[in-house]
Amino acid sequence: MKNIRETTFKSLTYVSALFTIIFLFGIIGSLFLEGLPLIKLVTFKTFILNPSWHPTSYPADFGILSLIAGSLIVTMGALILAIPLGIGSAIYISEIAGNKTREIIKPIIELLAGIPSVVYGLFGMAFLSPFLIRVFGIPTGLNACSASIILGIMVVPIISSMSEDALSTVPRQLREASLALGATRWETIMRVVLPAAKSGVIGSVVLGFGRAIGETMVVIMVAGGAAQIPTSIFQPVRPMTAAVAAEMGETVFGSPHFHALYAIAIVLFIITFATNLITEVVFFRKGDLK
Amino acid sequence: MYKKTVIIIALLALVAIPAFAKRGNKVTIAGSTTVLPIAQSCAEEFMNCHPDVNISVRGGGSSVGIASIIAGTVDIGDASRHIKDKELVQAREMGINPVENVVANDGIVVIVNPANSIKALSLDQVKDIYTGKFLNWKEIGGPNMPIVVISRDVSSGTFEVFKEKVMQGTAGIDGALMLASNNAVVSTVASTPGAIGYAGLGYVTSSIKVLSIEGVMPSKKTIQSGEYPISRTLHMYTNGKAKGNVKLFLDFVLSPAGQKIVEAQGFVKAN
Repeated sequence: MKNIRETTFKSLTYVSALFTIIFLFGIIGSLFLEGLPLIKLVTFKTFILNPSWHPTSYPADFGILSLIAGSLIVTMGALILAIPLGIGSAIYISEIAGNKTREIIKPIIELLAGIPSVVYGLFGMAFLSPFLIRVFGIPTGLNACSASIILGIMVVPIISSMSEDALSTVPRQLREASLALGATRWETIMRVVLPAAKSGVIGSVVLGFGRAIGETMVVIMVAGGAAQIPTSIFQPVRPMTAAVAAEMGETVFGSPHFHALYAIAIVLFIITFATNLITEVVFFRKGDLK
Repeated sequence: MYKKTVIIIALLALVAIPAFAKRGNKVTIAGSTTVLPIAQSCAEEFMNCHPDVNISVRGGGSSVGIASIIAGTVDIGDASRHIKDKELVQAREMGINPVENVVANDGIVVIVNPANSIKALSLDQVKDIYTGKFLNWKEIGGPNMPIVVISRDVSSGTFEVFKEKVMQGTAGIDGALMLASNNAVVSTVASTPGAIGYAGLGYVTSSIKVLSIEGVMPSKKTIQSGEYPISRTLHMYTNGKAKGNVKLFLDFVLSPAGQKIVEAQGFVKAN
């Protein structure tokens, strides 16, 4: 009897693992199946390098350079905001705060990660964008800057909690040795603890990058949606995820526009796949060092 | 052995139930998101009076509605535009005869922020704004502030009609904000002093200012008469003349009760 249970349990877990893999390959397969037919209409080079995205004009333009530019500018803006805030709060929580403060601050930062992205989007539309108009005197508040700020706030808890994990796994002896040699607390953190936790911190930034570039709802709501290569951060942009999500609902199945949206999804998939791969490699190296 | 039989019966049931259900009085509708609220409310009201008929309504956009009629997957295809010649040829090849049923009139209003002193524009001026010829309101007699052009996502029916009636098929400037819904356009225009946008008549609120176009203010009357230049008819396409339950439903939509629903959704009665 016991033996049967054991085997059943084993095969159940095996099947669940198998299903995950099947789903992954199914998704990848369907992406390429629907995305690749676009090659018949535009070459890969024009698809990536042409800045005109006019999918419903006659003749249609399927160039996603402006969409890629939109994705990259909001993601970079988000990281510029989130890296100092995230790592800073991680250092405070792990190295400086007392036990009691830590118990309060840590869950609050993690709570930020639990807010649904549509709520962030509403906040951006209702408060941040009118605020930016007033402060900077810009014509519109739905632009790359406001999307970056909101995405940055969303990425902070990822960078913060993962970096904090990495910092707290640095052995106590390292800190004690550094302090014993006469280094100040600041020097200990910057020259000893942070370098020791380097791979974990970098991993958290890469994951944050993946989160920001893949986020859809917020950029639909606050990035403005203009398919152009921005010349300033106060111009509206149309990131790739926003284009796919906003246009997929009303395209005809099997039309060139439909295939083009799948092709954008392939580009996004490759970017996030590459970032995940980099994170894996970074963490793998960390495992090696131990 | 016993287990296997149960599983097989269960699987058969799963396949069989939809097959039987299809034989019942089912009407399927798909298409334009503009027509969706009309179709949805009318279907609910209709099913209250005819509990034996089951109507399922989906969105998807005008192109999807017409494509579904051509593919024969729905009984009614909603569209906020007319069928294109290309689609008509496709339909004939498939042996389908799409018939247009006008169910409502809709006007697209051009809106600005209430702080803007502009009250009226010509169609050409609107076009020049959307193609980027005018960049500041003072060029057309307004206050000195940059124009923020707000448009709709390229696959929406509202965008297509605007493109046809105002832009004469040309693409707008790439710097225009492309928003996902009528509501988003209205709220953004309300919060952006230099903005210009367009939306369905039903979405007008007091937080924005409606412009008169070519000297005509959009209203139920001017839209129904066709006097207001940016107006359109909303359609439900069927394959051939409607029969049976589909005819019953279309008759209901065009009946006074159905047209009351159309008006309640912010549209204008069919002529």
